[in-house]
Amino acid sequence: MNLNPAPRIPWTRKHLLGLEELSREEILAILDTADSFHEVSTRNRKKVPALTGRVVFNLFFENSTRTRTSFSLAAKRLSADTQDFQAGVSSLTKGETFIDTAKNIEAMGADVLVVRHPTPGTPHLLTQHVHASVINAGDGAHEHPTQALLDLLTIRRLRGRIEGLTVGLVGDIGHSRVARSNIHGLLKLGAKVILCGPPTLVPRSLERLGCTVSNNLDEVLPLCDVVNVLRIQFERDQKAVFPSIAEYFRLYGLTAARVERAKSDLLLLAPGPINRGVELTPEVADGPHSAILDQVTNGLAVRMAVLYLVSGQKTDPR
Amino acid sequence: MPRSDTPLLDADGVDQALTSMAVRLRAAMLPGVTLVMVGVRTRGVPLARRLATILTRQTGETIPVGAVDITLYRDDLDRAARWPVLHGTEIPFDIDGADVVLVDDVLFTGRTIRAAINSLCDLGRPARIRLATLVDRGHRELPIQPDVVGLLVATTRDEHVRVRLHEIDGVDEVLK
Repeated sequence: MNLNPAPRIPWTRKHLLGLEELSREEILAILDTADSFHEVSTRNRKKVPALTGRVVFNLFFENSTRTRTSFSLAAKRLSADTQDFQAGVSSLTKGETFIDTAKNIEAMGADVLVVRHPTPGTPHLLTQHVHASVINAGDGAHEHPTQALLDLLTIRRLRGRIEGLTVGLVGDIGHSRVARSNIHGLLKLGAKVILCGPPTLVPRSLERLGCTVSNNLDEVLPLCDVVNVLRIQFERDQKAVFPSIAEYFRLYGLTAARVERAKSDLLLLAPGPINRGVELTPEVADGPHSAILDQVTNGLAVRMAVLYLVSGQKTDPR
Repeated sequence: MPRSDTPLLDADGVDQALTSMAVRLRAAMLPGVTLVMVGVRTRGVPLARRLATILTRQTGETIPVGAVDITLYRDDLDRAARWPVLHGTEIPFDIDGADVVLVDDVLFTGRTIRAAINSLCDLGRPARIRLATLVDRGHRELPIQPDVVGLLVATTRDEHVRVRLHEIDGVDEVLK
């Protein structure tokens, strides 16, 4: 047991909008706080009173199961009240603007707004119009900070470190907010990042951030300590990006045969939902390298940490 | 704030206080019930360790030691200018049915202990919880009393009592 925990930097942000704007120390502060919250999830009574009386609103303008459920459960474990707002059945269909909707929700006493929106920058815009804390739960292809944080936490918990590891992000990088947040987080924590996929899905321009870009998975895989498999986003327009699913699977699908040629302790992550038989085979998804379910558990701890940290900044707008 | 740094206990004094606390804890043990120690972060934890070591020396039995972080249970979270950094509760043993000794450095208003008791009760249902503190400086705001105290000090409300321990501060002493 750690008798004398190292002092961490105090958290000073009211919102969590992305990992690009966070320092290495701030990211570590979230991960360390999440480690503390992990213990709460192992109890019989999985609840602490820290956010009693606070109200957390989920504003999701895009489909989501995992993230929304995870935020709701995280808020409940902190004793906050939670409410889901469903865009499809709301007054938005009657012409109310997004900002008016958010202001109305705030008037109901919301302390934290968890926002997912197809337009990049929406959470940032919202911070200029509401007093509540705003957490970005995915804005277009821009950022999805809590997903990247839970990926980082999973790597750190299973590997003991992040610095010095080589992490491959495989698949649809161009459309992926998960990839973008991961790149910022991994590089700040000292990992080497390789982006791999067909040229149409992996923009070379991302090399500017400090990543390596490759189109050959068989070359890249043996170098990786961790592989994060990003979903092909069929709901976005993919007509022209690769010839066929079969060809994509042949070149970039994670199969048992491919994984055998990787490092023996390869850690396999996937943000989900996964397309079995497209990005990876069921035997790999359910196999010994897979940390997919650890990611879900760690996601709860990360979201508890983020809700807790931003809630401490009521009067300090930023 | 007055801070004259009058020494109340030196290293030997801290040792003697802990030894006598251990004797009194042992005298009132529940036969057949597992004794465990839980220190309140930060300085309660090394104190719990030391009490466990003394008791193990006397009884030959290993005593599990855990740490409780009361942050999430504080009644003044909403008043804090900036929320305290979380260090986490680490109690890697079952406290259901155990004889728990809660250990802290200074007992003052009793609010920390209230939070710690609530936190423990969310982890299980101990057979009993006793409270051992190195210093009791009075001014309780809740009906909480220690079972075992190393040193009773009369203080005014705005005085500071500081416990420094070699595991954390490099030296053992109690100052007022």
